Amino acid sequence: MEPLIRLNNVSFSYPDENDTKIQLLENFNLEIEKGSFVSVLGHNGSGKSTIAKLFNGLNLPDSGSVTVNGMDTADESNMLSIRETVGLVFQNPDNQIVATIVEEDVAFGPENLGLPQKEIRKRVDEALKSVDMYDYRMHEPHRLSGGQKQRVAIAGIIAMQPECIVLDEPTAMLDPQGRAEVMDIILKLNRQLNKTVVLITHYMDEAAMADRVVVMDSGKIIADDTAKNVFSQVELLKSAGLDVPQPTELSYRLKKAGIGIDCDVLSVDECVDAITRKLLEE
Amino acid sequence: MLRDVTFGQYFPMDSFIHKLDPRFKILLTFGLIIVAFVSFNFYSLGLVAAFAVLIMILSGVPVKFYLKSIKPILIFVLITAVLNIFYISGETLLVEFWIVKIYLEGIIRAAFVAVRIVLLIIISSALTYTTSPTSLTDAIENLLKPISKLGVDTHSFAMMMTIALRFIPTLIEETDKIMSAQKARGADMETGSLMQKIKAVLPILIPLLVSSFRRARELADAMECRCYHGGEGRTRLKVLHASYRDAIALISSFILLSLVILLNILF
Ligand SMILES: Nc1ncnc2c1ncn2[C@@H]1O[C@H](COP(=O)(O)OP(=O)(O)OP(=O)(O)O)[C@@H](O)[C@H]1O
Ligand SMILES: [Mg+2]
Repeated sequence: MEPLIRLNNVSFSYPDENDTKIQLLENFNLEIEKGSFVSVLGHNGSGKSTIAKLFNGLNLPDSGSVTVNGMDTADESNMLSIRETVGLVFQNPDNQIVATIVEEDVAFGPENLGLPQKEIRKRVDEALKSVDMYDYRMHEPHRLSGGQKQRVAIAGIIAMQPECIVLDEPTAMLDPQGRAEVMDIILKLNRQLNKTVVLITHYMDEAAMADRVVVMDSGKIIADDTAKNVFSQVELLKSAGLDVPQPTELSYRLKKAGIGIDCDVLSVDECVDAITRKLLEE
Repeated sequence: MLRDVTFGQYFPMDSFIHKLDPRFKILLTFGLIIVAFVSFNFYSLGLVAAFAVLIMILSGVPVKFYLKSIKPILIFVLITAVLNIFYISGETLLVEFWIVKIYLEGIIRAAFVAVRIVLLIIISSALTYTTSPTSLTDAIENLLKPISKLGVDTHSFAMMMTIALRFIPTLIEETDKIMSAQKARGADMETGSLMQKIKAVLPILIPLLVSSFRRARELADAMECRCYHGGEGRTRLKVLHASYRDAIALISSFILLSLVILLNILF
């Protein structure tokens, strides 16, 4: 099956202060399958936001190609259909909200698509309900909490009914409660609304919820597998400047000390179980 | 402290005034301001005041917010009133000492001017309190449509206004934060010469400017992601259309205008 997004031999560079090019991506390949939930991990500056912006043509490759449902992002005439297919949510909700009333902001995308008024109304209401913000539709965004603002930003993307939603560190500026709210919605996007989800994050526990984890280091993919398989490669993750989840770290250290428990534990509960089992064996 | 600015604030509600067509509300506001200016005696001004009170009540916005909107210009009202008291001469001399003479006419004139300014504030607050900034800019875009035929980009102008209004609270909050941060570092913004004060403002202005540029870049990206491509082919969630309410408001404002003119002539 044709993947939803395909980055094929992509090279990408930024000009630095002296206008010399800094090559960030070279012969970069990545495919995002329809309906999947992929998370992308990597420390600061590893190129995560750069690839997110390549996905919908906000960045264009120097060479190679990016296709969305077979449409080339370099072709200007595809631009609107591509952005309608792949929606991007950014880190700072304050800088994504355009209007002064929640429902007017959610309507911004559908308005740009030139939809009839009735259809806009329907989509706005549905989108707000799906992020549990319907009761706040007449509120002013600047009076909402960070988590609520980010949910409004997500609703703004949902209202365009994209097939794929890419979220670039959507929880980075939120408090623990806001993070939990937003993560709930992200899971729901994939599990209930059947959206393809790409979650860029540097929180391991968030990444672990995805079906597939891609780890980046200085513009290269150094791991691309299921969450369990990726997190068991503790040495590799550490070499990429990432911290592994605490339960994984614990079992990794135990193993190093000669006490072997199942190394692919991700959640605290799983870890407790594995250790209890080990203790009972002895 | 910067946070309790009420200027341009909107109170989402469902009142008669809220439901008026914003284009019409803008015209009505201008109309009322003109009527207030052409009221030359207490009868006609009293009528305008009664109309303003009616609008206040119909708007459903608590009166205390209207009072709050008057507060910042209270000093201005007082100064104008006091100047009138001292400068207007008339026939009924009330107080005289040294070179100061206060006439009854002066006091009446002062009261008249004060009432007129307060009315202007109430009328314009009623507009912003009952109209969301988006509908306000929509209405302005719509009213300016004739100019767009001459090649003026009225859509971009309206979009710029919407974004500016959207970011005012965000930037106020940020200024507050930066000021606190600089104060925590020992910055002194209240004392010193003018030069020193200007120097103290720079460490606030520069971070604010830098962050505004970053915000602008991010907002542009976010807008592009949501398929923004100018006003062409864009539809709206809220379409402006006049209703029977606008007719009622139109008729009553015409009656008001005729009565004011009549009272001006009669007395
Ligand atoms: N517009 C730009 N102009 C110049 N250099 C840029 C630009 N955007 C990003 N870079 C550089 O490209 C590199 C990768 O940036 P990118 O934003 O993709 O990283 P990231 O993985 O998203 O990092 P973070 O975790 O900080 O968001 C960084 O070194 C960054 O400084
Ligand atoms: Mg980034």
